[in-house]
Amino acid sequence: MIEYIVGHINYWLIVAIMMVGLYTLMSRSNLVKKLAGLSMFQTAVILFYVSLGKVTGGTVPIISEQYSLYSNPLPQVLMLTAIVVGVATTALGFALVIRIKEAYNSVEENEISAMDEKE
Amino acid sequence: MANDLILRVVTKWLSPIIILFALYVQFHGDYSPGGGFQAGVIFSSAILLYSLTYGLDAGLQLIPEYILRIGASLGVLIYGGVGVASMVLGGNFLNYSVLGSTPVAGQHLGIIIIELGVGITVASVMVLLFFTFARRVAPE
Amino acid sequence: MEQLTILLIVIPLMVAPITALIPSEKVTWLLTLIVCLISLAISCYILYEVIDGSHVIYELGGWRPPWGIEYKIDSLNAFVALIVSAMGCLSCLFAYRSVPDEIEEKMIPLFYAAFQLCLLGLLGIALTGDIFNLFVFLEISSLATYALISMGKNRKALTAAFSYLILGTIGATFFLIGVGFLFAASGSLNTADIASRFDSFKDMQLVETALIFMVLGIALKAAIFPLHSWLPNAYSQAPSTVGIFLSATATKVSIYVLLRILYDLYPVDYWVNMLLPQIMLSLGCVAVIYGSYRAWQQTEMKRLLAFSSIAQIGYIVIGFSLVSQLGLTAAILHLFNHALIKSTLFIGAGILLYRANTTELGSLRGLGRDMPWTFAAITLAGLSLIGVPGTVGFVTKWYLLEAAVEKGMWIVVITIVLGSVLAIGYVWKIVENLYFRSKRKVHIQDVPSGDSAIAITPKTMSAALWIGAMLCIFFGLNTELSFEAASSAATALLKQ
Repeated sequence: MIEYIVGHINYWLIVAIMMVGLYTLMSRSNLVKKLAGLSMFQTAVILFYVSLGKVTGGTVPIISEQYSLYSNPLPQVLMLTAIVVGVATTALGFALVIRIKEAYNSVEENEISAMDEKE
Repeated sequence: MANDLILRVVTKWLSPIIILFALYVQFHGDYSPGGGFQAGVIFSSAILLYSLTYGLDAGLQLIPEYILRIGASLGVLIYGGVGVASMVLGGNFLNYSVLGSTPVAGQHLGIIIIELGVGITVASVMVLLFFTFARRVAPE
Repeated sequence: MEQLTILLIVIPLMVAPITALIPSEKVTWLLTLIVCLISLAISCYILYEVIDGSHVIYELGGWRPPWGIEYKIDSLNAFVALIVSAMGCLSCLFAYRSVPDEIEEKMIPLFYAAFQLCLLGLLGIALTGDIFNLFVFLEISSLATYALISMGKNRKALTAAFSYLILGTIGATFFLIGVGFLFAASGSLNTADIASRFDSFKDMQLVETALIFMVLGIALKAAIFPLHSWLPNAYSQAPSTVGIFLSATATKVSIYVLLRILYDLYPVDYWVNMLLPQIMLSLGCVAVIYGSYRAWQQTEMKRLLAFSSIAQIGYIVIGFSLVSQLGLTAAILHLFNHALIKSTLFIGAGILLYRANTTELGSLRGLGRDMPWTFAAITLAGLSLIGVPGTVGFVTKWYLLEAAVEKGMWIVVITIVLGSVLAIGYVWKIVENLYFRSKRKVHIQDVPSGDSAIAITPKTMSAALWIGAMLCIFFGLNTELSFEAASSAATALLKQ
């Protein structure tokens, strides 16, 4: 049992980060904090992929005669794309937050929805 | 921050080195870890550092915004252009092998141009993001 | 011939950055229209080629699958691509006068660039045969969508876009987790490759988890009840053009992804005993009742239509969770038919917004008598939504009922009939307010400023509306064309 937990320590940590992100996302009403939570959630997935591709004892996947065991480069390549998507999402989210702040003069979700209902 | 002597001097010395490193990462991307994404971000960090120490206006003087907009579009066009060129030359979209006299030479040429396009777009977009945000929330 | 398939992706990809740089609203509009028309022509041609059950295969970069990204186009792919590009054309036609009215002048080139990127993403989803590539296209279209929605006139558009951004990203990330699990189990990202080697790893727990994550993530993007909360605000606050395009395509394409996952990536007998069909069937039924009921309660036309979309998605979900050839055909057919109906109705709402500057039903009273032709087209589309014989809505409901009767599911039959009755209620609400209620005194703040141009409906808008309405009738009377495409697509799915 202990061995199982320790052997999968990277996955446990990733799940922890993911849950922290998701919890922040759902529990906070501040829009900036929500975005921070979303970012953490995405980062956890990126870590998950990268640790999928890691082979114990494997090296960087550059062909050389000294090594025969390489880590799988594909998940890292995929995550490069996912990181870019994440950056774009976060940037767009912050742009929206700035415009919401200009329009409502608040970044608290409960205040904003109260203002919306009044209209 | 524009008055801090140490920051100003260090930025002045550091920026060219960062840009040089970005170019190294960019053009060695086909042999070693690196490529357009990383190089673009490193390149933009040099300009970000410069704008942070010398102020937004100095940064905008260095690279005006319309150039960044053109750069962001140009990178995508370079990327797509390589794909279209390989289609015109009889291969599938993004099949670099048909670009050169031998498949290996074509692959080399193709990936370098592609990464150049990616690098230009990523660098422009990163700086553009910074400028857009910085101007929007700048204290009057 | 094969090169044509990739042109669907390449043309918007190359034109969008150019569009963003041209500072003229007319030129950018023309470019967008040309892109949409070319896409429509290509997807028509591809559908014509593959409708007999053959495939068009395209290997990106010349890399052989499963290493490279492969586009394997069967009739379902082509059919969805056709829906997307046709609706792109229709909304682009409408955009000509609506966009300058609703969007700041210096934002218009960026608006059209984002529109093309959205088209690119949706077409990409429809064509690709690689699940990670699918995720990338999903995010391209979603990011463009968030930006497009936030350009709405009202400040509520910003919050609508923000909540869609949060939920959409969660959905896409869930899908990504699912892809990761499946990749860990199979070592491949190619749909056909995974499907062909499925037996060798199907006992792993990972595979089941992957299915749940992927279905949940896509159900969120497809706004399947109870994961629909982002939809009403997003559709009703978006600029009219965006509302038309999204209501017709965005959820449809997500449902297409769901069909691919359930019928193509995973074999049917893997999940058919997992309670999944029963859960989805009941969710679909609840969605029909709930969506129709909430639509009936609304007092604003675009919100009403958005809630009705949730109900219509329910019909599609019912169709494919019956797990039969007929049910699947009805679901795929309804993808097309609902896209037609809803885009026509949203065009109608857009015209009313253009003319009256509001879509509150209370303020629109009696307007139908001033605009009889617009009103007639809206009524035609409304009748299709109810499912009156002779319209497209009837065709799908008929097949859906037939599929439900075939399986002996009488509750589903009752739900469909009840949903139609509620649909009569909310369509009547529109018709009543537009035509049968007497005109209310116009308040001074409702009077649009500017010249008298607002007193006539622009020709491009009327053309878009009537093309939509006529297609609703045409495909209602001449069912062969769409039915053949849908049943060929259903056969292609079930064969695998």
